[in-house]
Amino acid sequence: MKRLLKGGRVVDPANGRDGVFDVLIDGDRIVRVGRDLPVEADVMVVEVPSGLVVCPGLIDMHVHLREPGQEHKETIATGTAAAVAGGFTAVACMPNTHPVNDNAGVTEYILKKAAEANLARVYPIGAVSRGQDGEQLADIAELRQSGCVALSDDGRPVATALLMRRALEYAGMFKMPVIEHCEDPSLKAGGVAHEGYHASTLGLHGIPGEAESIMALRDISLAELTGGCVHIAHMSARQTLDAVRYGKARGARVTCEVTPHHLVLTDEMLVSPIPYDTNVKMNPPLRASEDRDAMLAGLADGSVDVIATDHAPHHYDEKHVEFDRAPFGITGLETAVSLCLDRLVHAGVISLARLIELLSVNPAKILGVAGGSLAAGAPADLTILAPDLAVTVSVARMRSKAKNTPFDGWQLRGGVAATIVGGRVVYEGVGSLLQFLPPAL
Amino acid sequence: MDADRIARTLTRIAHEILERNAAPGDVHDLALVGIRTRGVPIAKRLAQLLRDIRGGDEVPTGTLDITLYRDDLMRHAVGPQPVVRKTEIPFSIDDKRILLVDDVLYTGRTIRAALDALIDFGRPKAIQLVVLVDRGHRELPIKADYVGKNLPTSPSQSVQVHLVEVDGRDEVEIVG
Amino acid sequence: MKKDLLGIAELSSEEIYLILDTAEAMREIGQRPIKKVPTLRGKTVVNLFFEPSTRTRTSFEIAEKRLSADTLSIAVAASSVLKGETLVDTAMNIEAMSPDMIVVRHAASGACHLLSRICRSRIINAGDGMHEHPTQALLDAFTIREHKKRIDGLKVAIVGDLLHSRVLRSNVLLLTKLGAEVWVSGPRTLVPAGMERFGVRVSTSVEEAVADADVIMMLRIQQERMQGAFIPSLREYFTVFGMTAERVARAKPDVIIMHPGPMNRGVEIASEVADGPYSVILEQVANGVAVRMAVLYLLAGGQEGG
Repeated sequence: MKRLLKGGRVVDPANGRDGVFDVLIDGDRIVRVGRDLPVEADVMVVEVPSGLVVCPGLIDMHVHLREPGQEHKETIATGTAAAVAGGFTAVACMPNTHPVNDNAGVTEYILKKAAEANLARVYPIGAVSRGQDGEQLADIAELRQSGCVALSDDGRPVATALLMRRALEYAGMFKMPVIEHCEDPSLKAGGVAHEGYHASTLGLHGIPGEAESIMALRDISLAELTGGCVHIAHMSARQTLDAVRYGKARGARVTCEVTPHHLVLTDEMLVSPIPYDTNVKMNPPLRASEDRDAMLAGLADGSVDVIATDHAPHHYDEKHVEFDRAPFGITGLETAVSLCLDRLVHAGVISLARLIELLSVNPAKILGVAGGSLAAGAPADLTILAPDLAVTVSVARMRSKAKNTPFDGWQLRGGVAATIVGGRVVYEGVGSLLQFLPPAL
Repeated sequence: MDADRIARTLTRIAHEILERNAAPGDVHDLALVGIRTRGVPIAKRLAQLLRDIRGGDEVPTGTLDITLYRDDLMRHAVGPQPVVRKTEIPFSIDDKRILLVDDVLYTGRTIRAALDALIDFGRPKAIQLVVLVDRGHRELPIKADYVGKNLPTSPSQSVQVHLVEVDGRDEVEIVG
Repeated sequence: MKKDLLGIAELSSEEIYLILDTAEAMREIGQRPIKKVPTLRGKTVVNLFFEPSTRTRTSFEIAEKRLSADTLSIAVAASSVLKGETLVDTAMNIEAMSPDMIVVRHAASGACHLLSRICRSRIINAGDGMHEHPTQALLDAFTIREHKKRIDGLKVAIVGDLLHSRVLRSNVLLLTKLGAEVWVSGPRTLVPAGMERFGVRVSTSVEEAVADADVIMMLRIQQERMQGAFIPSLREYFTVFGMTAERVARAKPDVIIMHPGPMNRGVEIASEVADGPYSVILEQVANGVAVRMAVLYLLAGGQEGG
């Protein structure tokens, strides 16, 4: 079935486009993008209302889908439903499941479940080490073969410099990046919050920014040594960003990502509005305003490559405990786009085109998957954004199983009108102006 | 009542106290306990008057805060707790004839609380009640032994006693 | 007064003075032959202690009984936590029996904030993790005022394991609120991040901290601090930071020495100082009952909707 998305503003930085263009889709592929495309007889024309933006499908390259093993927190079905509701056409899911994704069996299981849900594309990330225990490499070739796009021991850093070196060398053979959770375990010790004044007033053990940057420097040096690709996950400390700039300047193959919450919130959230709110407990923690502002500057000057949510769903009971005991993490799939549009684009920090680079072009490039571009022949993965939609974040309406977010009730400007994966409309926003898109066959 | 009247009334009460406690030994057992806040200066004045009339040692005088014994604590939905001040009774009340002193006798609940408090301090031989003003409208079976003045009032009115030691002047007025 | 006492952070200086003044009146009750007033008659107070404590728990129990409250102390054994009952479930079970007030001590900072959000009963913080121990700071202030007649303008030195001490945080908040000049001193490894923002002077020289001090307050240093590499040894700690007679001599001649207890003699404080003429440590304990009576009384008023 052919459809023509006509007259919408198309923001497609990979192909240098930002303007009014038509997009012709056939089945699950994009056929053409151009101005005033001729309308053929068998083409269904969809007029894109003014104010909406058509862009390549957003890709969240850091998501915890919790299945297999922790289905009380989230499943692949609910997680991918949350993803498309959040405007993401694809997610890359971390291997710290139960059992760990360190073999073909788990990878195939994940892909099977994703196919059954048939919503967002799922790209599994395999473990660096067997069981993520930091001792031996996992069967990386097998993981690659069964469908993994990258490797990570996320949840913790790769245990030793030697193992990280080997991982970078070995994974490099398969052109897989190693995604690193940068953290020195001895400096993190029993920390639960950013080491600073606010944690001190609340009597919480702190984690200094250097716990992250020290490990980042280790990994950047090893990337240089081996020529491998390291991707710094959920960067939070300004010292880490400095390390990334240093590494890039020296030609190391290092990329980095920041979460939306690290771009919007600071450690002041520990104290107010709700003291000891476990919905602001995550690792790495929310840091000081200097760190948040450094991340914003990094977005603008190009040092930061990706925005990824680190979507970490937890069951309500698990979070409804003393701060020290609560697990780290908050959800992110259904709040990312609104936060980014409101606090980054409308706030004038970056342009919409840059946002698409951060949320689509660069993740596709780093993971080596199709996407990030509306070129002819590309998969028809599109996100229709509504940058001026008035959104009130509502946990009750979220599709994720989990409710652990500090953003409930926030009023933001910007949302998702529709999400299209392989030519099918897998999500249409309530109150969206795009109500006329019929689903695909 | 004006300052002059108050002074003469207290003198008259002092004489009455001595008359009624005239049996041998009685006077030596006397002690005054003023109820905070304005019962306290009245008690002190009476102590002075008793000494002036009788000579000899001053009658022991103590201060009693009855806040913690009130029957209306914890009953009101809003508002902070009433302020508690110190109780100072620097003598044993066992076997004493206590003269409990307050400025105004109204419902009698303050006196009931004071009696409960005093009993926790010991076992007096007798307790007699001295008030400057009795305005009626008792809610408990309490009666004063010595009354400065009976002032019939309606419940909507309020009797305000001012004393030099607390308010800078001596006056009793009815308001409302 | 607010519904709960979660910490000194939520108290204004007026409220602090109100508690201290009320404690004056409460202290007298402990000197009567019948040490009881009927004020909290019929009220139920539960002491829910998740951490062992003899001193604080006994002090609260006596305070509650002196006010004629019905008191129930529950020492939650580690085993029931191991069995998996959460703090929230334990508290909700207690609440189901409608206590008027719950006095809580817990090892986790913020435990009382969590309970305050979910319980209707008034919550009194008897010590939560490293966060606050408000009644300790109040009884410390009461003791200081007893001896010095005031708090503002005094130089107070607090020495010890600052990082892990809830007594430190509560005292710093209270003393700075009331206008004292507060110095804190301890090994650099045990100074919390951002300490200067608390409005205190920080010094790793205990001699500098206690010079001309009106009050010296010692904090416990625990054996466990040698793991985590905070201090090399207790012996070295005593050499550098221990309160000896010689260091006390640098303070004002009428200095008072305080300690929240229990003391590690020969570690943070020399025995001769603990038992010496400047020590008011035992008075602190005695004052604890009066201060806690004041807190219980002031919090007990009013009902739902108050």
